[in-house]
Amino acid sequence: MIKGLFRISPGFEDVMPAEYKELVTTGPYGREVGVSDLGTFKELIEEHPLCAGCAESLALRLILASLPNPEDTVIVGSTGCSSLAFSQVAVHNIHSLFGNQNAVATGLKRALRLRFPDKVKDVLVIAGDGATVDIGLDMVMQSWFRRELITTIMLDNEVYANTGGQESGMSPQGAVLNMAPLGKKFPKVALPEIAREAGCVYVATISPDLPRRLGKVVRRAILVAREIGPSYVQIFCPCPTNFKFRSAEVLQKIRERQKEGTFQVREYVSPEAEAYLAGLEGAKQREEQ
Amino acid sequence: MAASEYRVLPGPEGYLPPAAASMGVELPQRGEALVEGRVVPEEEAMLRIAERLLAARNPVFFPGPTILWAWKEGAAEKARAVLGLMEAVGARAIPMPDYRPKYPMINPAVEINPNHPNLTIWHNRIDVGVFVGVHCHYANVALKIIRGGTDCYTIALCGEMGHEDAMITLRDVDVAKLERLTEVARALATARLLRVEGSGAGG
Repeated sequence: MIKGLFRISPGFEDVMPAEYKELVTTGPYGREVGVSDLGTFKELIEEHPLCAGCAESLALRLILASLPNPEDTVIVGSTGCSSLAFSQVAVHNIHSLFGNQNAVATGLKRALRLRFPDKVKDVLVIAGDGATVDIGLDMVMQSWFRRELITTIMLDNEVYANTGGQESGMSPQGAVLNMAPLGKKFPKVALPEIAREAGCVYVATISPDLPRRLGKVVRRAILVAREIGPSYVQIFCPCPTNFKFRSAEVLQKIRERQKEGTFQVREYVSPEAEAYLAGLEGAKQREEQ
Repeated sequence: MAASEYRVLPGPEGYLPPAAASMGVELPQRGEALVEGRVVPEEEAMLRIAERLLAARNPVFFPGPTILWAWKEGAAEKARAVLGLMEAVGARAIPMPDYRPKYPMINPAVEINPNHPNLTIWHNRIDVGVFVGVHCHYANVALKIIRGGTDCYTIALCGEMGHEDAMITLRDVDVAKLERLTEVARALATARLLRVEGSGAGG
């Protein structure tokens, strides 16, 4: 993207709403900022219509603060709670049909590489568990089999949340939901393991309870997908509305699940991705010294 | 009503006004323009635009992203030409900086959004609105919503082929055309002033 896009035409500065002026003066475009710098720059999400206490909204905020290249990033979303927030985000984004997100991202990434061969363009899929593991699993896995250079992030709230509470492949075994009154009969799909076997060179599970680590994971997943291969990040975002706990208890719930072992923070890096990241991160450390 | 009889007039036309194209209104050819759904010579449309803007109680320009952001060479020059036209007709600007729906609601006092432009028009009691630099598909949506729910007179200064859902539209609008329209408006304003002075009014 041309950085000039973020310059207001002379004479129109006074009529521009404040949030756009802030994006121009203190936005993250072209700057090295991250989760640790939150509060010092204008964030890419202005507001959102998600429920109070929604862990997805917190995860989205952290993801957006971690983008290494927001001015040259395109997010592909899918149907679900998170799609309600994307339209508020100051990053190019495409809403795909339910489940098609990785197919759309594939075409987009290939087109961008042809159109801008000398530029880094990051394509990031952000979708819910229903779009990723149920309805879109075919497209998701086929993109991994083909080693497409895209990052897939699943916001795992363990339920179809905005359609009344149906069980998804990621709902825990035994979960009783509004539309699953008998309880779920089988365990969560082991998508991180599937991702690794299907060709992802970087796989991580994380939650917004660990904001800096989440930021690091997202950056690593995006960097690896530029050169080495597909990456997958699964972010645990429990849903207070459907699992009926208080909004303020979201992070506590994550910690409880971590304690009982039903949610674990994990990271798999292929040897090739590890060498690539070591090179990048080593160079950055040397720069900072 | 036969398709060819359809006139693109201020509303409110109802919840779902038809797309003017579906009622037989065709886009103008080069050198032509549309006034209320009828093809006219471009100069005639410029005069009608100037008349509407100068007679308006609260004329407002809605500059879109291609005008508001200096995103490529020539964008700032076009923005300057729009500012010149606004000054000539005594209009102010309410921007459309991007197309995010911004739920739950935009601030209609300071911006307009293609997804609910009627809110800004109602809030500011705008009687004549000018779209300039808004990408085609969003302009089409917004112009239809405005026609459906408000009595605002809409003018679209389009850099491409024009917008048949506006009451008046010019096509291929570049800096030169904006400057010509500014000249027409200034000349008309001067003529009006001379008429007022000649009649002895205002003293």
